[in-house]
Amino acid sequence: MSESAAARRPEGWLQAREEGGALAIAAGGQWNLRTAQRMERDVARFASFKGKSATIDLGAVETLDTAGAWLVHRLTDTLKAAGASVQLINVGEAQHALLERLSQLNAHVEIEPPRRNVFLLIFERVGEGAHEIWIEVIEALSFLGLAMISLAKLLIHPRQFRARAVVYHMEQAGLNAIPIVALIAFLIGVVLAYQGSMQLTRFGAEVFVVDLVAVSVLRELGILLTAIIVAGRSGSAFTAQIGSMKINEEIDAMRTIGLDPMQVLVVPRMLALMITLPLLGFIADIMGLLGGAVMANIELGVSPGVFVERLGDAFSPWSFGVGLIKAPVFAGIIALTGCYMGLKVTGSAESVGRYTTRSVVHAIFAVIVVDAVFSVFFAYIGI
Amino acid sequence: MDSAGDIAIRVRGLTVRFGRATILENLDLDVRQGETLGFVGPSGSGKSVLLRTIVGLVPHQVGTIEVLGTELDSASTKERERIEQRWGILFQNGALFSSLTVAQNIEVPLKEHTKLSRGLIDELSALKIGLVGLAPEAADKYPSQLSGGMKKRAGLARALALDPEILFLDEPTAGLDPIGAAAFDQLILSLHWNLHLTVFMVTHDLDSLMTICDRIAVLGKKRVIAIGTVDELLRHDDPWIREYFHGPRGRAASAAE
Ligand SMILES: Nc1ncnc2c1ncn2[C@@H]1O[C@H](COP(=O)(O)OP(=O)(O)O)[C@@H](O)[C@H]1O
Ligand SMILES: [Mg+2]
Repeated sequence: MSESAAARRPEGWLQAREEGGALAIAAGGQWNLRTAQRMERDVARFASFKGKSATIDLGAVETLDTAGAWLVHRLTDTLKAAGASVQLINVGEAQHALLERLSQLNAHVEIEPPRRNVFLLIFERVGEGAHEIWIEVIEALSFLGLAMISLAKLLIHPRQFRARAVVYHMEQAGLNAIPIVALIAFLIGVVLAYQGSMQLTRFGAEVFVVDLVAVSVLRELGILLTAIIVAGRSGSAFTAQIGSMKINEEIDAMRTIGLDPMQVLVVPRMLALMITLPLLGFIADIMGLLGGAVMANIELGVSPGVFVERLGDAFSPWSFGVGLIKAPVFAGIIALTGCYMGLKVTGSAESVGRYTTRSVVHAIFAVIVVDAVFSVFFAYIGI
Repeated sequence: MDSAGDIAIRVRGLTVRFGRATILENLDLDVRQGETLGFVGPSGSGKSVLLRTIVGLVPHQVGTIEVLGTELDSASTKERERIEQRWGILFQNGALFSSLTVAQNIEVPLKEHTKLSRGLIDELSALKIGLVGLAPEAADKYPSQLSGGMKKRAGLARALALDPEILFLDEPTAGLDPIGAAAFDQLILSLHWNLHLTVFMVTHDLDSLMTICDRIAVLGKKRVIAIGTVDELLRHDDPWIREYFHGPRGRAASAAE
C-alpha cells in the first residue's frame, strides 16, 4: 500500500503506511451511510495486501454508524483473509460495543425465496391450477349445498329471516344499479338496431329489425348484460365486504356468538339478488327495446306505432319468459360466487383484492356457461 | 455529542385541528438529544396525532416544529428530505410493504437514498435483521408469513435502515406478550446504547416507561401537562397522573423496578 491509496478526504478517510510487512492503517472522519460508498472501495483495495500484521487506528473517527462499523469489520476480515493478524487500536467504548455487536450478527441471509426453474415452474403451475379447479368445483358445490340447507332452515324457522338485510342489499345491488343497467341496455338496443338496419336494408327487409332487436334483447342480451353488470358491481362488493370481515376476524366472532355466517351474510345477499336481478333484467329488456325503437325510427323511419305493432307479432310471452326465467339462476350464481370467494379470503388485504377479481371473473364465466346450457335446453324443448 | 443540553425536537405553540375539533392546542415540547422520552396520556388525547404531526403526516395550523436544528415549515424540500432521512418511524403494526420480503423491505430506503453497492446493501439489511433480533430465516419471508411481534421487529429494522438519529415509536409493545414486550424493551435499550438514538416513544406499557425511558411526558388537556423523570412524575399532583402512576398497575410496575 502506498501513499497514493489514502489522500485525505473531508468526509471519511483511510491512510496506510507499510513498514517491513507491518501495515499501519489510520481511519478517520465520518464513517457512516453517506460516506460508505467511497469507504467500501477504499476498504476493497486492501484485499491484495501481503503482509504479516496490521494495526487499524480508529482514533480519528468522528462518527461511526452501523454502515461505517460494518466497513471497519470488513476491513479487518479482508486483512485477515489475506493472512495478516489484525489489531484495532484507539477504539472508543461505544465504538467497541457497536463493533462487537455487529461481529456477532449474520451478514448473509436470503433476500428473497429462491427462484425456481422456469420450465418446472410452468408445469407445476399448470398441474396446481388443474388440481385447484377440481378442488374449487367440489368446494363450490358443497357451498351451494350449504346455502340450500340454510334456505331450507329459513323455511322451517321463518322468524330467522333477516328482512332488513335483504332490503338493504336489494337497495345496494338492485335499486342503485338501475341507472347503469338502463343506460347500457338502451345503448345496446341502439347498436343492435343500427347494425341490423344496415344489413337488412340490403334485402329490403328493414322492418325485421324489430324482430332482430326483440329476439336478441329479450332472449339473451338483456338479462346477460344485467347479470354481467351485477357481477361486476355487487358480486365484487360481496367478496370485498365479507373478505374484510374475514380478515378482521368478524366471521370468527360471529361463529363464537352463535350466529351462522351462512344465515347472516350469505342468505340475505342471495335472496336480495334473486329478487332484484329479474326486475333489473325486465328494466334492461324495456330499455333495450326502447333503444331499438329510437334507432329504427331515426335510421329506417320505422314509426313507434309500426314498431309496437310489429313487436306484437314477433313477441310471444315466452320471449320475455325465456329471458327472465334465467335471472334467478344467474342471481344465485353471482351471489354465491361473491360470498364464497369472500369467505375464502385469508391473511392480508392483498388477498381481498385477489379474491374480488376472481369472484367477478368466475361469476361471469359461470353465468355465460349456464346461459349456453339454457339456450341448448330451450332449443331442445322447442321454445 | 449527546450532552443533555442539545435539543433534538423543539415544538412551540403547536395547534392541530381536524375540522372544528381541536386536538392539540398551544403545545410546547422539548426532546433532548440522546434521551428516550416516553409519552403517555389518556386514550384519544392525541399522542399519535402529535407524533404524526412532528413527522409531517398531519398538517398543523399554528406553531413551529424544529428537528435537529431545522425548522420544518420553512425548510426547503431538499432540507426536509435530509431531515427525513435522519429519523425512522415504527408504525403501530409495522406497516411493512406486503409485496416485499423482510429483507427487501429494509432495502427500500437504502436503495432509494444511497448509492451503495448491491452487496453492501444486502449485508446491511442482514445486519439490521440481526440487530432487531430476528432470525436470519425471517429475511426471505413475506409480511403475511410473520407473527405480530416479528412484524414489529421487521418494521423497526426498516426504520433503522438509514441509521437514523431519532426513532419514533407508536405503542411499540402494544399487542405483544409480556415476554415479547420485555425483549422489545431490551432491544430499544441496546439500540439506544449502540446507535446513540434519540427515542420518542408513545406507550402505555408501564414497564417500558420504568425500564427504558429517561423522561416521561404526559399529554392532557391538549397540551403537555407534565414532563420529567419517573420520580418527578410520581410526586406530581395532577389527578390523572396520580391515578396513572399510583393505581394498582403503576404500583406493581414501580415495585418491580
Ligand atoms: N385524521 C383524523 N381526522 C379526524 N380526527 C382525527 C384524525 N386522527 C385522529 N383524530 C382524532 O384525534 C384524537 C386523538 O387521536 P389519537 O392521537 O389517535 O389518540 P391517542 O392519544 O390514543 O393516540 C381522537 O379523538 C381522534 O378521533
Ligand atoms: Mg394512538
